Amino acid sequence: MKAKIRKIMTVVDETLNEQGQEVSPPIRRAAAIAVIANPFAGTYQEDLAELIDVGEELGALLAERAVAALGIAGDKVESYGKAAAVGENGELEHAAAILHPKLGAPFRKVLGKGAALIPSSKKRGGMGVVLDIPLGHKDAAFVRSHFDGMEVRVTDAPRANEIMVAVAVTTGGRPLPRVGGLKVSEIKGEDGLR
Amino acid sequence: MPDVKVRKFLVSVEEIHHEGGPVADVPPRRGAVLAVIENPYAGAFHADIQPFMEDLKPLGLEMARKLLAAMGGEPKSIEGYGKGSIVGEAGELEHAALWHAPGGYSMREVLGGAKAIVPSTKKVGGPGTRLDVPVTHVDASYVRSHFDAIEVGIPDAPRANEMVMALVMTTGPRVHARAGGLAAKDIKGEDGLR
Repeated sequence: MKAKIRKIMTVVDETLNEQGQEVSPPIRRAAAIAVIANPFAGTYQEDLAELIDVGEELGALLAERAVAALGIAGDKVESYGKAAAVGENGELEHAAAILHPKLGAPFRKVLGKGAALIPSSKKRGGMGVVLDIPLGHKDAAFVRSHFDGMEVRVTDAPRANEIMVAVAVTTGGRPLPRVGGLKVSEIKGEDGLR
Repeated sequence: MPDVKVRKFLVSVEEIHHEGGPVADVPPRRGAVLAVIENPYAGAFHADIQPFMEDLKPLGLEMARKLLAAMGGEPKSIEGYGKGSIVGEAGELEHAALWHAPGGYSMREVLGGAKAIVPSTKKVGGPGTRLDVPVTHVDASYVRSHFDAIEVGIPDAPRANEMVMALVMTTGPRVHARAGGLAAKDIKGEDGLR
Protein backbone atom coordinates (compact mmCIF):
# COMPACT_ATOMS: atom_id res chain seq x y z
CA MET A 1 0.00 0.00 0.00
CA LYS A 2 1.12 3.54 -0.61
CA ALA A 3 -0.68 4.71 2.50
CA LYS A 4 1.37 4.43 5.68
CA ILE A 5 -1.38 3.61 8.16
CA ARG A 6 -0.89 4.17 11.89
CA LYS A 7 -4.35 3.15 12.96
CA ILE A 8 -7.83 2.38 11.71
CA MET A 9 -10.93 3.03 13.79
CA THR A 10 -14.48 1.93 13.14
CA VAL A 11 -17.50 3.39 14.92
CA VAL A 12 -21.13 2.29 14.78
CA ASP A 13 -24.00 4.12 16.39
CA GLU A 14 -27.46 2.62 16.62
CA THR A 15 -30.46 4.77 17.53
CA LEU A 16 -33.38 2.90 19.11
CA ASN A 17 -35.37 5.79 20.54
CA GLU A 18 -35.56 9.50 19.79
CA GLN A 19 -37.63 11.99 21.79
CA GLY A 20 -39.63 9.18 23.35
CA GLN A 21 -40.51 7.62 19.98
CA GLU A 22 -39.33 4.12 19.17
CA VAL A 23 -37.15 4.00 16.05
CA SER A 24 -38.04 0.72 14.36
CA PRO A 25 -35.95 -0.72 12.92
CA PRO A 26 -33.15 1.11 14.73
CA ILE A 27 -31.03 3.32 12.44
CA ARG A 28 -27.36 2.36 12.25
CA ARG A 29 -24.54 4.60 11.03
CA ALA A 30 -20.96 3.42 10.66
CA ALA A 31 -17.74 5.28 10.02
CA ALA A 32 -14.27 3.96 9.27
CA ILE A 33 -11.33 6.26 9.84
CA ALA A 34 -7.69 5.78 8.83
CA VAL A 35 -4.84 7.76 10.37
CA ILE A 36 -1.99 7.93 7.85
CA ALA A 37 1.34 9.65 7.45
CA ASN A 38 1.23 12.83 5.33
CA PRO A 39 4.13 12.44 2.87
CA PHE A 40 4.03 16.18 2.11
CA ALA A 41 3.85 17.56 5.66
CA GLY A 42 6.02 20.62 6.17
CA THR A 43 6.72 21.21 2.47
CA TYR A 44 4.95 22.70 -0.52
CA GLN A 45 4.42 19.97 -3.09
CA GLU A 46 3.03 20.91 -6.47
CA ASP A 47 2.21 17.40 -7.68
CA LEU A 48 -0.20 15.60 -5.32
CA ALA A 49 -0.46 12.37 -7.36
CA GLU A 50 0.79 10.22 -4.48
CA LEU A 51 -2.05 11.38 -2.23
CA ILE A 52 -4.55 10.89 -5.05
CA ASP A 53 -3.49 7.23 -5.21
CA VAL A 54 -3.69 6.97 -1.43
CA GLY A 55 -7.29 8.18 -1.74
CA GLU A 56 -8.05 5.35 -4.15
CA GLU A 57 -6.61 2.74 -1.78
CA LEU A 58 -8.45 4.14 1.21
CA GLY A 59 -11.73 4.38 -0.70
CA ALA A 60 -11.80 0.59 -0.98
CA LEU A 61 -10.33 -0.22 2.44
CA LEU A 62 -12.47 2.17 4.47
CA ALA A 63 -15.66 1.37 2.58
CA GLU A 64 -15.14 -2.34 3.24
CA ARG A 65 -14.46 -1.72 6.93
CA ALA A 66 -17.44 0.59 7.37
CA VAL A 67 -19.88 -1.71 5.57
CA ALA A 68 -18.60 -4.70 7.57
CA ALA A 69 -19.10 -2.75 10.80
CA LEU A 70 -22.61 -1.81 9.71
CA GLY A 71 -23.37 -5.50 9.26
CA ILE A 72 -25.38 -5.29 6.03
CA ALA A 73 -24.66 -5.96 2.36
CA GLY A 74 -23.07 -3.05 0.54
CA ASP A 75 -26.03 -2.57 -1.78
CA LYS A 76 -28.34 -2.08 1.22
CA VAL A 77 -26.48 1.04 2.34
CA GLU A 78 -28.80 4.07 2.07
CA SER A 79 -26.60 7.12 2.56
CA TYR A 80 -22.93 7.99 2.58
CA GLY A 81 -20.33 10.66 3.13
CA LYS A 82 -16.59 11.28 3.42
CA ALA A 83 -14.26 13.68 5.20
CA ALA A 84 -10.62 14.32 6.04
CA ALA A 85 -8.66 16.28 8.64
CA VAL A 86 -5.08 17.31 7.92
CA GLY A 87 -2.59 17.75 10.76
CA GLU A 88 -1.01 21.14 11.36
CA ASN A 89 2.03 20.65 9.11
CA GLY A 90 -0.16 19.80 6.12
CA GLU A 91 -2.34 21.71 3.73
CA LEU A 92 -6.06 21.64 3.08
CA GLU A 93 -5.27 20.70 -0.51
CA HIS A 94 -3.82 17.42 0.76
CA ALA A 95 -7.27 16.48 2.04
CA ALA A 96 -8.74 17.44 -1.31
CA ALA A 97 -6.24 15.22 -3.16
CA ILE A 98 -7.26 12.22 -1.08
CA LEU A 99 -11.00 12.82 -1.11
CA HIS A 100 -11.95 14.06 -4.56
CA PRO A 101 -10.14 12.57 -7.58
CA LYS A 102 -10.16 8.80 -6.89
CA LEU A 103 -11.69 7.86 -3.53
CA GLY A 104 -15.27 7.71 -4.80
CA ALA A 105 -15.04 4.95 -7.43
CA PRO A 106 -13.78 2.14 -5.15
CA PHE A 107 -16.15 3.37 -2.40
CA ARG A 108 -19.12 3.05 -4.78
CA LYS A 109 -17.90 -0.34 -5.99
CA VAL A 110 -18.26 -1.71 -2.44
CA LEU A 111 -21.86 -0.42 -2.46
CA GLY A 112 -22.68 -1.82 -5.90
CA LYS A 113 -23.91 1.60 -6.99
CA GLY A 114 -24.09 5.19 -5.81
CA ALA A 115 -25.28 7.67 -8.38
CA ALA A 116 -25.22 10.69 -6.07
CA LEU A 117 -22.30 12.94 -5.31
CA ILE A 118 -20.61 11.79 -2.11
CA PRO A 119 -20.99 14.73 0.27
CA SER A 120 -17.73 15.74 1.91
CA SER A 121 -16.05 18.02 4.40
CA LYS A 122 -12.45 18.81 5.24
CA LYS A 123 -10.42 20.79 7.72
CA ARG A 124 -7.02 21.25 9.27
CA GLY A 125 -6.68 20.65 12.97
CA GLY A 126 -4.84 19.17 15.92
CA MET A 127 -5.21 15.89 17.78
CA GLY A 128 -8.77 15.08 18.81
CA VAL A 129 -10.26 17.44 16.25
CA VAL A 130 -13.92 16.74 15.56
CA LEU A 131 -14.82 15.78 12.02
CA ASP A 132 -18.46 16.17 10.97
CA ILE A 133 -19.01 13.84 8.02
CA PRO A 134 -21.94 15.07 5.91
CA LEU A 135 -24.38 12.38 4.82
CA GLY A 136 -26.70 12.18 1.82
CA HIS A 137 -28.69 9.47 0.05
CA LYS A 138 -26.38 7.46 -2.20
CA ASP A 139 -28.67 7.36 -5.22
CA ALA A 140 -30.44 10.73 -5.10
CA ALA A 141 -28.83 13.73 -3.44
CA PHE A 142 -32.13 15.54 -2.93
CA VAL A 143 -33.72 12.96 -0.62
CA ARG A 144 -34.42 15.23 2.33
CA SER A 145 -34.91 12.53 4.98
CA HIS A 146 -31.30 11.41 4.53
CA PHE A 147 -29.53 14.76 4.95
CA ASP A 148 -27.56 14.14 8.11
CA GLY A 149 -24.09 14.33 9.62
CA MET A 150 -22.00 11.98 11.74
CA GLU A 151 -19.46 13.32 14.19
CA VAL A 152 -16.25 11.31 14.56
CA ARG A 153 -12.96 11.85 16.29
CA VAL A 154 -9.81 9.93 17.12
CA THR A 155 -8.35 11.13 20.40
CA ASP A 156 -4.69 11.03 19.32
CA ALA A 157 -5.02 12.10 15.69
CA PRO A 158 -4.11 13.78 13.49
CA ARG A 159 -0.58 14.41 14.69
CA ALA A 160 1.14 17.32 12.92
CA ASN A 161 2.46 15.09 10.11
CA GLU A 162 -0.66 12.96 9.70
CA ILE A 163 -3.98 12.95 7.87
CA MET A 164 -7.21 11.42 9.15
CA VAL A 165 -9.48 10.07 6.40
CA ALA A 166 -13.06 8.97 7.08
CA VAL A 167 -16.00 7.47 5.24
CA ALA A 168 -19.49 6.90 6.65
CA VAL A 169 -22.39 4.67 5.58
CA THR A 170 -25.86 4.17 7.05
CA THR A 171 -28.92 1.96 7.10
CA GLY A 172 -31.22 4.99 6.91
CA GLY A 173 -31.80 8.69 7.32
CA ARG A 174 -32.59 10.76 10.41
CA PRO A 175 -34.54 8.87 13.11
CA LEU A 176 -37.82 10.81 12.81
CA PRO A 177 -37.84 12.63 9.43
CA ARG A 178 -40.83 14.93 8.95
CA VAL A 179 -39.77 18.00 7.04
CA GLY A 180 -41.04 16.83 3.67
CA GLY A 181 -39.08 17.00 0.42
CA LEU A 182 -38.18 14.20 -1.95
CA LYS A 183 -38.88 10.76 -0.43
CA VAL A 184 -36.93 7.53 -0.94
CA SER A 185 -40.07 6.06 -2.59
CA GLU A 186 -39.96 8.84 -5.20
CA ILE A 187 -36.35 8.36 -6.34
CA LYS A 188 -36.00 8.12 -10.12
CA GLY A 189 -32.31 7.26 -9.82
CA GLU A 190 -31.20 8.58 -13.18
CA ASP A 191 -29.10 11.64 -12.50
CA GLY A 192 -27.97 11.09 -8.92
CA LEU A 193 -30.03 14.06 -7.83
CA ARG A 194 -33.69 12.91 -7.72
CA MET B 1 -38.52 -2.25 39.09
CA PRO B 2 -37.77 0.37 36.45
CA ASP B 3 -37.22 -0.76 32.88
CA VAL B 4 -33.93 -0.11 31.16
CA LYS B 5 -34.76 2.21 28.26
CA VAL B 6 -31.98 2.39 25.68
CA ARG B 7 -31.88 5.38 23.32
CA LYS B 8 -28.77 4.43 21.43
CA PHE B 9 -25.70 2.22 21.31
CA LEU B 10 -22.26 3.16 20.04
CA VAL B 11 -19.53 0.63 19.27
CA SER B 12 -16.03 1.69 18.30
CA VAL B 13 -12.90 -0.33 17.53
CA GLU B 14 -9.40 0.99 16.92
CA GLU B 15 -6.78 -1.14 15.20
CA ILE B 16 -3.30 0.19 15.93
CA HIS B 17 -0.58 -0.54 13.41
CA HIS B 18 2.18 1.50 15.05
CA GLU B 19 2.85 4.64 17.04
CA GLY B 20 6.10 5.76 15.50
CA GLY B 21 7.88 2.43 16.10
CA PRO B 22 7.90 -0.92 14.28
CA VAL B 23 4.64 -1.90 12.60
CA ALA B 24 2.89 -4.61 14.64
CA ASP B 25 2.55 -8.03 12.99
CA VAL B 26 -0.89 -8.35 14.52
CA PRO B 27 -2.18 -4.85 15.19
CA PRO B 28 -3.68 -4.64 18.70
CA ARG B 29 -7.31 -3.59 18.95
CA ARG B 30 -9.02 -1.35 21.46
CA GLY B 31 -12.79 -1.33 21.54
CA ALA B 32 -15.63 0.31 23.41
CA VAL B 33 -19.39 -0.13 23.62
CA LEU B 34 -21.58 2.62 25.02
CA ALA B 35 -25.29 2.56 25.83
CA VAL B 36 -27.34 5.70 26.37
CA ILE B 37 -30.13 4.87 28.81
CA GLU B 38 -32.79 6.75 30.72
CA ASN B 39 -31.83 7.47 34.34
CA PRO B 40 -34.85 6.32 36.35
CA TYR B 41 -33.67 8.31 39.38
CA ALA B 42 -33.01 11.65 37.63
CA GLY B 43 -34.45 14.79 39.18
CA ALA B 44 -34.92 13.69 42.78
CA PHE B 45 -33.07 11.97 45.60
CA HIS B 46 -33.92 8.30 45.93
CA ALA B 47 -32.55 6.48 48.96
CA ASP B 48 -32.93 2.99 47.55
CA ILE B 49 -31.37 2.68 44.12
CA GLN B 50 -29.91 -0.81 44.26
CA PRO B 51 -32.77 -2.61 42.47
CA PHE B 52 -31.67 -0.95 39.23
CA MET B 53 -28.37 -2.81 39.46
CA GLU B 54 -30.25 -6.05 38.85
CA ASP B 55 -32.16 -4.48 35.97
CA LEU B 56 -28.90 -3.47 34.33
CA LYS B 57 -27.49 -7.00 34.19
CA PRO B 58 -29.13 -8.01 30.87
CA LEU B 59 -27.96 -4.73 29.33
CA GLY B 60 -24.42 -5.42 30.56
CA LEU B 61 -24.45 -8.84 28.93
CA GLU B 62 -25.85 -7.48 25.68
CA MET B 63 -23.16 -4.79 25.61
CA ALA B 64 -20.33 -7.20 26.41
CA ARG B 65 -21.50 -9.50 23.60
CA LYS B 66 -21.79 -6.62 21.13
CA LEU B 67 -18.29 -5.46 21.94
CA LEU B 68 -16.75 -8.92 21.80
CA ALA B 69 -18.38 -9.47 18.40
CA ALA B 70 -16.95 -6.18 17.11
CA MET B 71 -13.51 -7.21 18.42
CA GLY B 72 -13.58 -10.44 16.42
CA GLY B 73 -15.68 -12.72 18.65
CA GLU B 74 -12.90 -14.70 20.34
CA PRO B 75 -13.06 -14.43 24.17
CA LYS B 76 -9.45 -15.61 24.54
CA SER B 77 -8.21 -12.72 22.42
CA ILE B 78 -9.31 -10.18 25.03
CA GLU B 79 -6.41 -9.24 27.33
CA GLY B 80 -7.50 -5.98 28.91
CA TYR B 81 -10.75 -4.44 30.10
CA GLY B 82 -12.37 -1.52 31.89
CA LYS B 83 -15.69 0.18 32.51
CA GLY B 84 -17.17 3.58 33.17
CA SER B 85 -20.28 5.68 33.36
CA ILE B 86 -21.34 9.28 32.71
CA VAL B 87 -24.46 10.56 34.49
CA GLY B 88 -26.47 13.45 33.00
CA GLU B 89 -26.95 16.65 34.96
CA ALA B 90 -30.26 15.72 36.59
CA GLY B 91 -28.59 12.68 38.13
CA GLU B 92 -26.07 11.94 40.84
CA LEU B 93 -22.59 10.42 40.85
CA GLU B 94 -23.96 7.58 42.96
CA HIS B 95 -26.13 6.51 40.03
CA ALA B 96 -22.96 5.83 38.03
CA ALA B 97 -21.89 3.43 40.78
CA LEU B 98 -24.83 1.18 39.85
CA TRP B 99 -22.69 -0.01 36.94
CA HIS B 100 -20.16 -1.72 39.21
CA ALA B 101 -21.75 -5.12 39.50
CA PRO B 102 -23.54 -5.45 36.13
CA GLY B 103 -20.68 -3.96 34.09
CA GLY B 104 -17.97 -6.12 35.59
CA TYR B 105 -19.80 -9.42 35.86
CA SER B 106 -21.13 -9.22 32.32
CA MET B 107 -17.63 -9.01 30.88
CA ARG B 108 -16.35 -11.81 33.10
CA GLU B 109 -19.24 -14.01 32.00
CA VAL B 110 -18.75 -13.30 28.30
CA LEU B 111 -14.96 -13.72 28.54
CA GLY B 112 -15.28 -17.01 30.38
CA GLY B 113 -13.70 -16.03 33.66
CA ALA B 114 -11.29 -13.19 34.23
CA LYS B 115 -9.66 -12.78 37.60
CA ALA B 116 -8.68 -9.14 37.91
CA ILE B 117 -10.88 -6.36 39.21
CA VAL B 118 -12.35 -4.33 36.34
CA PRO B 119 -10.89 -0.81 36.64
CA SER B 120 -13.46 1.95 36.41
CA THR B 121 -14.17 5.64 36.38
CA LYS B 122 -17.25 7.84 36.53
CA LYS B 123 -18.44 11.41 36.34
CA VAL B 124 -21.45 13.68 35.99
CA GLY B 125 -21.51 15.71 32.79
CA GLY B 126 -23.42 17.11 29.83
CA PRO B 127 -23.81 15.90 26.24
CA GLY B 128 -20.46 15.26 24.57
CA THR B 129 -18.64 14.70 27.87
CA ARG B 130 -15.52 12.59 27.33
CA LEU B 131 -14.55 9.82 29.73
CA ASP B 132 -11.10 8.23 29.93
CA VAL B 133 -11.92 4.63 30.78
CA PRO B 134 -8.98 2.90 32.47
CA VAL B 135 -7.79 -0.48 31.18
CA THR B 136 -5.86 -3.23 32.97
CA HIS B 137 -5.04 -6.88 32.25
CA VAL B 138 -8.02 -9.23 32.67
CA ASP B 139 -6.17 -11.73 34.87
CA ALA B 140 -3.56 -9.71 36.75
CA SER B 141 -4.01 -6.03 37.56
CA TYR B 142 -0.28 -5.37 37.89
CA VAL B 143 0.71 -6.26 34.32
CA ARG B 144 2.38 -3.01 33.32
CA SER B 145 2.24 -3.45 29.55
CA HIS B 146 -1.56 -3.52 29.67
CA PHE B 147 -2.14 -0.33 31.69
CA ASP B 148 -4.00 1.82 29.20
CA ALA B 149 -7.07 4.00 28.82
CA ILE B 150 -9.66 4.50 26.10
CA GLU B 151 -11.35 7.85 25.66
CA VAL B 152 -15.06 7.54 24.91
CA GLY B 153 -18.03 9.85 24.48
CA ILE B 154 -21.12 10.55 22.40
CA PRO B 155 -21.84 13.99 20.93
CA ASP B 156 -25.49 14.10 22.03
CA ALA B 157 -25.35 12.18 25.32
CA PRO B 158 -25.95 12.08 28.19
CA ARG B 159 -28.91 14.40 28.22
CA ALA B 160 -29.94 15.58 31.70
CA ASN B 161 -32.16 12.55 32.34
CA GLU B 162 -29.81 9.98 30.86
CA MET B 163 -26.75 7.93 31.69
CA VAL B 164 -24.03 6.62 29.40
CA MET B 165 -22.74 3.18 30.37
CA ALA B 166 -19.40 2.07 28.93
CA LEU B 167 -17.44 -1.18 28.62
CA VAL B 168 -14.02 -1.35 26.98
CA MET B 169 -11.72 -4.21 25.93
CA THR B 170 -8.26 -4.53 24.38
CA THR B 171 -6.56 -7.42 22.59
CA GLY B 172 -3.07 -6.73 23.86
CA PRO B 173 -0.54 -4.41 25.42
CA ARG B 174 0.22 -0.84 24.36
CA VAL B 175 1.58 -1.14 20.84
CA HIS B 176 5.17 -0.32 21.77
CA ALA B 177 5.07 -1.38 25.45
CA ARG B 178 8.59 -1.19 26.91
CA ALA B 179 8.28 0.27 30.39
CA GLY B 180 9.12 -2.94 32.21
CA GLY B 181 7.22 -4.26 35.25
CA LEU B 182 5.23 -7.48 35.50
CA ALA B 183 4.96 -9.10 32.05
CA ALA B 184 1.88 -11.00 30.91
CA LYS B 185 3.96 -14.18 30.54
CA ASP B 186 4.89 -14.01 34.25
CA ILE B 187 1.32 -13.91 35.56
CA LYS B 188 0.69 -16.40 38.38
CA GLY B 189 -3.05 -15.95 38.03
CA GLU B 190 -4.02 -16.74 41.60
CA ASP B 191 -5.20 -13.51 43.14
CA GLY B 192 -6.14 -11.33 40.17
CA LEU B 193 -3.23 -9.03 40.97
CA ARG B 194 -0.02 -10.76 39.77
